[in-house]
Amino acid sequence: MVTVSTHANQYLQADKEKNVACAVNACNKLFCSMLKRGDLFVGQLPSEEDMLSADHSAEQKYRMFMRHRYNSCNDLLLELMHHESFQVKESALLTLMKFVTMEGKFPLLAVDWEEHYHFPRELLKAVVGQLLSDKEDMALLISRFQEFLEMEDVRYYVMGSISDSVVRVMEKAKGAVLPVYQGNVFLLTSSVSMPSQEAELSNFLVKQAAKQGDWKAAKLKEHKHAFERMWLCFLKYKLPSSMYKKVLVILHESILPHMSKPTLMIDFLTAAYDVGGAISLLALNGLFVLIHQHNLDYPDFYKKLYSLLEPSVFHVKYRARFFHLANIFLSSSHLPVYLVAAFAKRLSRLALTAPPAALLMVLPFICNLIRRHPSCRVLIHRPSASDEPCDDPYLMEVDDPAHCHALESSLWELQTLQKHYHPDVAKAAMAINKPLTEQEDEIDDLLELSAYELFERGLQQKEKQALPLEFEVATQLLQGSGGVLGAHFSLE
Amino acid sequence: MIHNFQMGKPQKNKSVADKVRRTKATTEIQNNPFEVKINRKKFEVLGRKTKHDVGLPGVSRSKAIQKRKDTLLKEYKQKDKSNKFIDRRFGEYDTKMAPEDKILKRFALERQRTHDKKDIYNLNEEEELTHYGQSLAEIEKFNDAVDSDSDSEEKGLLSAELTASHFGGGGGLLRKKTPGERGNEGDQRAKSRQELIEELIIKSKQEKRARQNQKEESQELTEKLDQDWKSIQALLSKKPPKSAGDEDENKPKLEEYDKMVRELGFEMKAQPSEKMKSPEEVAREEKQRLQKQEADRLRRMQGDVDEGESKKQVHWSADDLNDGFILDKEDKRTLSYQDGKWNMEEELEKEEEEEEEEGDEEGDDEEGESGQEEESLSDAEEEEEDDEGSDEEEDSHSDLDSEPESEGDKELPAEPSSSLSEEERLAQQEAAKAELPYTFTAPESYSDLKSLIHGHSPEKQCLIVERIQKCNHPSLAVGNKLKLQKLFGFLLEYIGELATRSPPELSTVNKLIPQLYGLCQLFPDAACKAMQTMLNDSAHEMEEAIEVKGRASFPGLDMLVYLKITALLFPTSDFRHPVVTPALVYISQALTKCPVTTLEEVTSGLVLCCLALEYVTLSQRFIPELNNFLLGILHLAVPLKKTLDTEGYPVVPPFRRVGKNCDLLVISKAEGAESWSRKTLPLAGVQGLRLLTDVERDHYRLSSLATCLDLVKRCVLLYKSLPSFSVIFQPIRILLTKHLPAESFPAPIKDLHRETLESLSGAPALQPPLVFDKKKPIPLKLFTPKIVEVLDYGKKRGSSKQERERERLTHKYKKEFKGALREIRKDTKFLAREKLSEIMSRDSERKRKVKELFGSLATQEGEWKALKRRKK
Repeated sequence: MVTVSTHANQYLQADKEKNVACAVNACNKLFCSMLKRGDLFVGQLPSEEDMLSADHSAEQKYRMFMRHRYNSCNDLLLELMHHESFQVKESALLTLMKFVTMEGKFPLLAVDWEEHYHFPRELLKAVVGQLLSDKEDMALLISRFQEFLEMEDVRYYVMGSISDSVVRVMEKAKGAVLPVYQGNVFLLTSSVSMPSQEAELSNFLVKQAAKQGDWKAAKLKEHKHAFERMWLCFLKYKLPSSMYKKVLVILHESILPHMSKPTLMIDFLTAAYDVGGAISLLALNGLFVLIHQHNLDYPDFYKKLYSLLEPSVFHVKYRARFFHLANIFLSSSHLPVYLVAAFAKRLSRLALTAPPAALLMVLPFICNLIRRHPSCRVLIHRPSASDEPCDDPYLMEVDDPAHCHALESSLWELQTLQKHYHPDVAKAAMAINKPLTEQEDEIDDLLELSAYELFERGLQQKEKQALPLEFEVATQLLQGSGGVLGAHFSLE
Repeated sequence: MIHNFQMGKPQKNKSVADKVRRTKATTEIQNNPFEVKINRKKFEVLGRKTKHDVGLPGVSRSKAIQKRKDTLLKEYKQKDKSNKFIDRRFGEYDTKMAPEDKILKRFALERQRTHDKKDIYNLNEEEELTHYGQSLAEIEKFNDAVDSDSDSEEKGLLSAELTASHFGGGGGLLRKKTPGERGNEGDQRAKSRQELIEELIIKSKQEKRARQNQKEESQELTEKLDQDWKSIQALLSKKPPKSAGDEDENKPKLEEYDKMVRELGFEMKAQPSEKMKSPEEVAREEKQRLQKQEADRLRRMQGDVDEGESKKQVHWSADDLNDGFILDKEDKRTLSYQDGKWNMEEELEKEEEEEEEEGDEEGDDEEGESGQEEESLSDAEEEEEDDEGSDEEEDSHSDLDSEPESEGDKELPAEPSSSLSEEERLAQQEAAKAELPYTFTAPESYSDLKSLIHGHSPEKQCLIVERIQKCNHPSLAVGNKLKLQKLFGFLLEYIGELATRSPPELSTVNKLIPQLYGLCQLFPDAACKAMQTMLNDSAHEMEEAIEVKGRASFPGLDMLVYLKITALLFPTSDFRHPVVTPALVYISQALTKCPVTTLEEVTSGLVLCCLALEYVTLSQRFIPELNNFLLGILHLAVPLKKTLDTEGYPVVPPFRRVGKNCDLLVISKAEGAESWSRKTLPLAGVQGLRLLTDVERDHYRLSSLATCLDLVKRCVLLYKSLPSFSVIFQPIRILLTKHLPAESFPAPIKDLHRETLESLSGAPALQPPLVFDKKKPIPLKLFTPKIVEVLDYGKKRGSSKQERERERLTHKYKKEFKGALREIRKDTKFLAREKLSEIMSRDSERKRKVKELFGSLATQEGEWKALKRRKK
């Protein structure tokens, strides 16, 4: 037995991948059976020198020795989690988790008092520490680890370990950004899926003999606390901007609802909102939840929202989400007229640089704004001064909607878009030629409209009459329609 | 009768009236004003026939009562009775017998019975035979009537006898004869009468014989005269031709004329043949065709929205009720000019011509009487004239109508192919004769086509495609259409392959364009489908790349060529077009999603910009992506971006303000700028550039920049009229004035830069504030009657056939239901009346009997008392 275990440990350090894999399996079987049989020393383990010097019975010594082998095996397995081969990594992780299970069943710590709940915290912490590597992207292993996070107790202790690890590592980094490490942390934290009800807490890795209900890992409140602590620890430190986006994308759905005090996120969100660009757009969603459900009062919210409107708004990936929220924020009928007018005017200004799919969404959006606030109708209908041509009084550069003179302007941009090349856009822009209908346009379906869908829609259009053809006879490639191409490019 | 008295006056009156009615003839009743009830009509409608304007209530009532008596009353009387009335007529209950047989048999039996009874002793009496209801004997009598002319006289004379024989029947004669036969038994008076009659008969017979003789004589005389005439006729025959001809000619000539008129009427209208057109005419038609097509294009450019509006703008009368009713059709011709001439004049001329022709015809008719030869001659002339006239008419119509367009369309596809290679072909054919066969089978697959044209020079490839097209013209065989439609797809694929080769063989593509155009004109739908497939495949690819990476690479040269071909084959100015609109969306997608990282990509982007600009040159439509992209390209040429203030101009994706590849077009060395001369960029640059030295690279950058600036200039000119012109070009203006180092550029670019700025820097156009379109006030409803033209009188309008049918049926059902109810009511009334009368009669009978009894008892009592008194 002794030789086997030492050999196995030696093989764990072997070069060949196959040998390593076999050794991992052997260790797995060997130590599992030993744990079962109670062949490992329980309690405070003396060092190997002390063990030899002190007078223990032979059996005691054997057990201590085997415990030492077990410990060194664990160390080796943890190292193997950074092996080049994913196979080895995976089996090392699985073996370690197997040990965690077995240790939970046959604890290696002497039980001192009655209220103690045994769980192999140290081993699990070591595993988490290895998963959160600051050198290597552990995405695959973390996704493999996800199945263990289904267990309530594992999740609880993992969350604790993550917080500890983050605090330790980030303090050491002293404010610097560690993209790999933070990436791993994010992956692991985001793969924690919280239960929504206490009753769902039923899946445990280690069954406690007594007082299962009083165990911290069995209480949703404790889970929430741990969850909250984990996230706050993680978000406390400076994040790379891509990480910001990733966090913000999932924030409102998978983080805020599971926190015991969501308002603690206010600082993070307001900071993100002030960053500008796409990050601000995304922070809007979390802010919305806080404003809507947790009574957050955000000063100058609309001013900020107004300044978020930039040409890139129509080009970013999160366009649909942003406009969905903007639609909600602007749906109140208690907003001042100047504000709504400023939004309408700015949006139509930006529409001059937008792609057609976005235009099809934003034109009804603007019309809806005017419908909700009938006093904004002057933007498209100002009969009092219809004879006096004027320059556009609107000031695009002013960030304050109160001072941009939007109400004195007209939406000439929409008039321009009536000459847009896409027929649907041109038609949508024609809506301002007539008094708007009472009914608001439904824009939810238009939010997700992509350019490709628009393209396909164009293809599917059925012509009723015969297909029109060009009547100018084509004889050359670069000829025709003003010859722009021919003027600048040659065939050869 | 007794009960009748007790039933009250009206009842009695009615029965009396019924009796009267039954006895009187119907005409008498109808003339009786008391019998007739006239249904008053509200309006007299001309031409409407009514059945029920006059009613005879008495007659119809009595009829109804009679009918009830015959049916209902009988039934009522038969009620609760077990005995039966049996019809013993022959074969009454025999259903197998045909009704005719039944009737015949019954008739025979009837005859037998009467014969047996009456005519046992009447030996001579025979059945009279008839034919069509007329006695055969009488027909025999008139059989030998000689002449219809003398019949009437005879009739008058022999009227007595005739009437006797006609109307007296067999009996009359019999009566006359029998006394004669039984003469011995008759008395004096009878004899004298018989003698009288005999005398009469003898007399009439004598007269008849005399008349017959006379007639025979006259007949003989006429025959004799005829014979005499014939003998003389030969003598007269020489002289009369003129007089006889005179008489005869009138008739046959007229017939001939009629015949001709009829023939002309039924004859197929002469089909005017296509007249050879003079070059001017051809040119004029071509011009008109182009004008028409241009007008058509403009209409399509306006799109459906405007189309709807323009349709509405017809003249509205002040009295218009807005109900879509138009009093009369607009058949008035509007004043119009054509080629500087007033259209009306032409028509007037035409009318005059027609009148002249008519005059000619009349003249011809007059002349025709004088001689036949002349007539035939003038006929021929007339025909010629007619032909010409119709030709002219046809021409003048075709000027106005759209006919030439369709013709032109048909002609078009053939034209380019033939006209292009006409001169070359002759020379070329000499050389090619030895190698190229004249007929080709149409390729069934793309590889077929490739193997057909593989290894030939571009010109020959062209020729091959042309010959394939000619050999498989759709008019030659049924399947050819499909083959050529496929050929279009294959050609397109081939062009794509040519463009993707390195180096791309664009000159070959260029040569194939006319073929492609010709095929497209022949099969627009197939061409549309093939083009759409190409676009869709590429767009799908791009979409997938965007989904995965968030960006895509610029489309290859083949796609650029396809996009250009799209612009060549289809009208780019249409408001909506199944190919062009998706193509524009595709271009826009490429311009927004493809980041520019290399000079090749700059080239692709510029080609796309050129294409986008070409697409909207005619329609002057606004493409935001085009401006964004041009701004981005210019941004690439701005040096030292890091120091820029962020307020300058917004850069729209796919470009970034700062980042790698942001200095792609910044000139690295000044020497490059000095030695640069303007050149057109090669399309092949899309695939890859071989720029070895920095100077070459700088040259290419400058060329791209020049192109970009020129495109900006074109854009500025194109969008000058847009209301937000200054806002749209604001970023570009800032970039050009403040950030672009114009001084370091060579002179041509500096000029371009200056020109662009000049066109940009005009004072911002003042815009009137927006107002809604003026709405036409809805006219007040006035009381002009709505006049509807009715073509089918008496029919309900405004519903479908099924609805009408349904309505008719419900109406009928209602009518029938009411009628049935009325009948039932009348029946019960009738029965009640009958019952009442029965009860009445029974009661009165009983009363009478009781009275009788009382009477008899009283007499008995009286007698008994008298006896008693007597005893005392």
